[in-house]
Amino acid sequence: MPDTISTRMGDGERVKMSPEKIMDELRAGSENAAGMARIPVLTDDEIEQLYDIIAEPGRVVSVPHGHELIMTDDGIAECFVGTEADGGSGISISRQASVLSYERGLAADTGSIGHSDYSFKPVKAILDVELQAYHTISMLTTAPLFYGSQPNMGLYFQPDGPFPNPADMMPVGKIKEAQAAQEDAAEKLCADMVSIGKEFNAMGCEGFNFDTAGSTGDAELYATLQAARQLKQYAPDMAIIIGMASEFVLGMHGEIMFDEQRLAGLFPHDQVKLAESVGADIFGPAINVDTSKSFAWNLAKAVTMVKETVARAEIPVHPNVGMGVCGIPMLLEVPIDCVSRASKALTLIGKADGL
Amino acid sequence: MGTGDPFGMPVTHIMTAGMGGIRTAGDLVAWMQMTRRMKLADAKGYVAEKLGVDVMDLVDEDVMYPLRKELGIGTVTPEAGGPEGILAKCRVADLLDIEINSVNRFKAQMAK
Repeated sequence: MPDTISTRMGDGERVKMSPEKIMDELRAGSENAAGMARIPVLTDDEIEQLYDIIAEPGRVVSVPHGHELIMTDDGIAECFVGTEADGGSGISISRQASVLSYERGLAADTGSIGHSDYSFKPVKAILDVELQAYHTISMLTTAPLFYGSQPNMGLYFQPDGPFPNPADMMPVGKIKEAQAAQEDAAEKLCADMVSIGKEFNAMGCEGFNFDTAGSTGDAELYATLQAARQLKQYAPDMAIIIGMASEFVLGMHGEIMFDEQRLAGLFPHDQVKLAESVGADIFGPAINVDTSKSFAWNLAKAVTMVKETVARAEIPVHPNVGMGVCGIPMLLEVPIDCVSRASKALTLIGKADGL
Repeated sequence: MGTGDPFGMPVTHIMTAGMGGIRTAGDLVAWMQMTRRMKLADAKGYVAEKLGVDVMDLVDEDVMYPLRKELGIGTVTPEAGGPEGILAKCRVADLLDIEINSVNRFKAQMAK
């Protein structure tokens, strides 16, 4: 066993740790997840397996033959076109060229497109453009193609939208008013998402991705669940992904219920049951990364929550593994040593169905 | 998958754990997750049975490249004029006995 192992912190900084330190970090990360979500910690064997993955000497690691899984994405198929904010390459090629390169050059299992602002509200103004782009590309792609967007309810509050801003009201004690504003915004958001989804279904959309759901809190997740349920009943042949914004649902409203379930504070193993109940076909948990903690700590935390989510799920689970979630360091040029180790660990120990 | 540069994010994830898309049978397994909500093992088993191959063959280029050519369901190295895009997806829908929204829409327009 080596004296030190080269690894990283949650912000990507390279550090060296002793094997004992890494084992301690793994146990602490798993205990943190278990304590917060009230789920079991990883077993001793799983901690050792996780250690072995982190300690592998190779720059990148991989799963054994036969353990491969499915890759879905949230706009990453357009990565060659995107700009710095999205980790894009900034190349002046078409969205179509990017998606086909992603399918045939990178051998992705699925692809996707989305509005460059990646939120439903701005899609409304250019819906025909998005429908036409999707349709043309879907005629050329062989792998499944999703349309992805974020509910992003924040855009419905002043000054960007019509509803009073809860962030202005809560600090001055207007709690009921803030809750009412969120309920009104959720109703409008839901209507917009259903309207857009129906148009995409009618055009022939293969899959629809509600990405980063709950970023504005529990009322946004409520709108997303309502929209997914309505769309699935209307459009059963259009697959739906619900991908989360964070490991637990922020209680910005605090009291909003969905099917008699309070949404605030739900962790992924409970979120997935709601996603299942509204007809989602794939669920994407997002486990937060603490940049001040080690990669080992963050990965153990993510694997602990993902393992429990997959165990309780009756639908495929595809953890979100972009920068800053599910163990991946918060760095735009994501370190490949960490990405491949997170990929392998979530596959083999988390038992994910996809990433 | 998620945000990150193309080399660090999709390339690394796909090389580490991806099924390989239309290079092998990743698209077919993905369709089963999307249309039948199948977990990974069930989806792989279903596709392998439909293709008449072993589950391990689903990611074997030596098996899948000639098989995909024979079935006309598209490859990453398409032959000019050969099956790809919506034509390949029409065949995939028949092969896997699934409803693909774009295929149904395309066929409905063809019938007019």
